[in-house]
Amino acid sequence: MTKLPPRAGASFKPQHFGAITAAPKAVGFFEVHAENYMGAGGPPHAMLGKLREEYPLSIHGVGLSIGGEEPLDETHLQRLRVLCQRYEPESFSEHLAWSSHGGEFLADLLPLPYTDDTLQIICEHVERTQAVLGRRLLLENPSLYLSFEESRFAEPEFLSEVVRRTGCGLLLDVNNVFVSSVNLGFDPADYLARLPLAAAGEIHLAGHSAMEDGTLIDSHGAPVLEAVWALYQSVIARAGAIATLIEWDRDIPQWPILLAEAAKADAILQHRPQAA
Amino acid sequence: MSTQAEFSAALHQRAAASEQRLNIHRNNRMASLIEALAIAFPATLRIVGEDYFRGLAAEFVRGQPPRAPLLLSYGDDLPAFITTFAPAADIAYLADVARLEAAVMRAYHAVDDKPLSVCELQWLTQEGAAEVRLTLPPAVFLLRSAFPAATLWERNLAETFVPLTDWSAEDVIVCRPALDVIVRVLPPGAADFLEALMRGQTIGEAAALVATPAFDLSATLAFAFSHCLARPVGA
Repeated sequence: MTKLPPRAGASFKPQHFGAITAAPKAVGFFEVHAENYMGAGGPPHAMLGKLREEYPLSIHGVGLSIGGEEPLDETHLQRLRVLCQRYEPESFSEHLAWSSHGGEFLADLLPLPYTDDTLQIICEHVERTQAVLGRRLLLENPSLYLSFEESRFAEPEFLSEVVRRTGCGLLLDVNNVFVSSVNLGFDPADYLARLPLAAAGEIHLAGHSAMEDGTLIDSHGAPVLEAVWALYQSVIARAGAIATLIEWDRDIPQWPILLAEAAKADAILQHRPQAA
Repeated sequence: MSTQAEFSAALHQRAAASEQRLNIHRNNRMASLIEALAIAFPATLRIVGEDYFRGLAAEFVRGQPPRAPLLLSYGDDLPAFITTFAPAADIAYLADVARLEAAVMRAYHAVDDKPLSVCELQWLTQEGAAEVRLTLPPAVFLLRSAFPAATLWERNLAETFVPLTDWSAEDVIVCRPALDVIVRVLPPGAADFLEALMRGQTIGEAAALVATPAFDLSATLAFAFSHCLARPVGA
């Protein structure tokens, strides 16, 4: 299976479609949220179909609830299968989180205790997803606002174990690492040093905001902050060039501003050789 | 009770001051659901204002949380909710504008229809055309409003709102013949005719049911076919 090129990409937003098609090959790839393309037809599929002809594509799920203690939503898994068959994306990713419970979609990526029980559930769900989709999944580290007393693993070791047992890859969200490190009080460099970076198939960068008490919120509505760029540089220096997405989902700017953020990531990527 | 069951239950409660971090998840959940509704109902939001809409949407979310991780159709039940939302009772046309916006959203995501070609329609001029039954695709939505729903919708999407002078009722059709969703006010009698077709009556039977003297059958059929509103059964 092909993979995303080791370049900077951007979240695709329909309001940028005209500007994107006017200046082809501006970024290395595009990423879309899977759930926004689960309608039957219309402009979303028409636009994505055209983009797909020109660019490598990453489909990013935000609703599978892989960390849910209940069985996976097989209906939703089938929707994802249909979408992946239709667009044959270079990458499919989901989150180390849960978002549905008791038949209700909770519309947020919720945190998990890192225990043997949750490890087993996550591994079963990742394996089931990879089997249904017929492809390797990239699992994204979450942004955390709280942790659980019953956790027996730190997150890097938990993710390492999921990767080892299931063969899935990592989607390393550097902004999430930074946000969690401030909110939970750990050293982000130490976290990154313990992560199996060789399994990283994609990186996410985004902006965050700060509350009055210093808590960071993973808001995806601002430029990437300097501290996150610095961590990103350290990752690329160690791991080589990895496909890097600029996420921007709220207060979406004009296309040139998003493009300029992608160019910053591309400049960093081009200073380092590609990972073997 | 499992951890996720407790956590899920806690998300629905109002926060105590000591629970600021859990509150972030409460806010994320509510904000993303309200945002999905705000995107789908821009004219409804403009009519009542941002704060009012957020209050209304939050009440809807509390009563009818989403069941599936797809928010494309989450607003389908919002118009019905508005009719039961007491604070909105004095804005009698609000639910109709919301119905129109829900229909626009459905048409936007509806399955792509193949347009009819001119040669497929030649039977229309032949004898027996009045006996033909037509089907209307599911994405076509007919709104019979006691208010000028389409005009209100259009004016509330314009950069500058121009107040209405004519408050006549409007029959409105929502469809998507190609990529763009089309919203049109129907001429007199056309809605009666299209509703009869939807009930399975033939062109002749449907036309005979229209009591409006100004009803123009050939203009209505031409409009219907050119906007993919109808195709002969089996075509």
